Amino acid sequence: MAAPVISVEGLRKSYDGFEAVRGIDLEVGAGEIFAFLGPNGAGKTTTVEILEGYRTRNAGEVSVLGIDPQRADRGWRNRVGFVLQESRLVPELTPREAVEQYAGYYSSPRDVDETVNLVGLGEKANARSSKLSGGQQRRLDVALALIGDPELLFLDEPTTGFDPSARRRFWDVIADLRKLGKTVFLTTHYMDEAQTLADRVAIISGGRIVASGSPESLRDRGVQTEIRFRLPQGLGAADLPGGLGDQARVDAGMVTLGVGDPVAPLRELTTWAQQRGFGLPGLTVGAPSLEDVYLELTDGDAAGA
Amino acid sequence: MSGLALVLHQFRFDQKIFWRNRAAVFFTALLPLIFLFILASVFKNADISTLDVKGATYYVPAILTLAVISATTVKLATNLPAEREAGQLKRVRGTPLPPADFVAGRVGNSLVITLIMVVLVSVIGAVVYGVDIPTSTMPALLVTLAVGAFSFSCLGFALAAVIPSEDAAPAVTNATVLPLYFLSGVFIPEDELPNGVLNFADAFPIRHFFEAMFTAWDPNTTGSGFELGHLAVVLAWGLFGLVIAVRFFRWEPRR
Repeated sequence: MAAPVISVEGLRKSYDGFEAVRGIDLEVGAGEIFAFLGPNGAGKTTTVEILEGYRTRNAGEVSVLGIDPQRADRGWRNRVGFVLQESRLVPELTPREAVEQYAGYYSSPRDVDETVNLVGLGEKANARSSKLSGGQQRRLDVALALIGDPELLFLDEPTTGFDPSARRRFWDVIADLRKLGKTVFLTTHYMDEAQTLADRVAIISGGRIVASGSPESLRDRGVQTEIRFRLPQGLGAADLPGGLGDQARVDAGMVTLGVGDPVAPLRELTTWAQQRGFGLPGLTVGAPSLEDVYLELTDGDAAGA
Repeated sequence: MSGLALVLHQFRFDQKIFWRNRAAVFFTALLPLIFLFILASVFKNADISTLDVKGATYYVPAILTLAVISATTVKLATNLPAEREAGQLKRVRGTPLPPADFVAGRVGNSLVITLIMVVLVSVIGAVVYGVDIPTSTMPALLVTLAVGAFSFSCLGFALAAVIPSEDAAPAVTNATVLPLYFLSGVFIPEDELPNGVLNFADAFPIRHFFEAMFTAWDPNTTGSGFELGHLAVVLAWGLFGLVIAVRFFRWEPRR
């Protein structure tokens, strides 16, 4: 296998005595879309900013494109693109002009118009950036990060605050990056985003990596199947038959049961419901979502808050 | 792109952004001209007794002083903190654009705006108020402008470095320069100001820059008009600003 694009070993970082990152290891291969998940305050942004060369570290080995980002030079910046968590655009410039300005910074930039079209801003190319919607501004951010034709792209919570359709359009743009062969390091706290886009996922919590692997392999950890349904009014987990109550999680009347083989518990549940003369509204049987795994691993602390 | 081509590229976009921002054009380019029309018209024939010149002759270099500082210190110290807090500087810092080229583009932008203002104020002074454009003191005027533009740009970066937030930027900047304009004789003729005030203003660069500008425009000036003492003070302040800027300037939001 080719040398990894990003490799991190034993990374540590403290601020004023608080250890935000407590020894993490990561590896991202060429052409991979890698999602880095974690609640706010878990050390996510600190880690990303160390990889981007914005922050120094206290301990550990970090290599990004074969270079320690703490010693990032012009040549390195030519090969990396950033979409920062918070960076407003210059309102006086049009998307085309902004991309043209950034093109001038790189040694072998991509074509300006092609890049504006790639992020779906062809029709807005000559509008002032201040007139763009939030989603369009974020896509212009991606165009600015992409214009230098980087090998590696960092996207830090790129879809925060988007409506669902803007998020889908943004995902299409990221999916196109895969076709271009770019390596993408995506930070997010939206599980559906990671599940849709990422080849591999790592979850950070309390400054440590608590799980990593493909979204599928993470979902398959622990329980294999989840049974969900709505409890009839006035009943609680304790009313469930055959000790199923012990395995149940009840959230606003919605029961989630994690089981190995669903056949026997389903039979028990349906028989129980039929005997008592009520239904099991909203009954679903399926694999747990990445979100369930995430909530379990991060103890549900401030997820997405 | 690299070297001079990259600086010019950066400068070209800084210019485009400036001329498209109506508020910036108003405060940097139009407001000094409005002050010139008001002050030079009201005090056109007033005698500035201690200097033996008419009001119009006094206010042309005074407004030039204001125009240079508006295009450099004020512009840089209000824009840069806003761009820093908006994450724009951080994004630029993540590109291969060398920081020195970014700074050069900004200083070049301020210099060109300064030059345009110098031409406008000089021509309006000559055509509307009959204030002669210097000839024998032209070299002194150009050196004064160069020293002033450099030093007040450095002070702009220094202020930008110590101003904590976007909201504080215009307040801190104006609270710094506006009182000094009054105390340094830029708005109020210096023969109306008590000596104590002028002595206080002498501690700061605006008064010295104005004195050097005035000498270059003063028809009573004999000789080349170089005010080396005043220019030395302006330059010293500029270098002090440079040290502060290099030490404290940040590309990332403070938050």
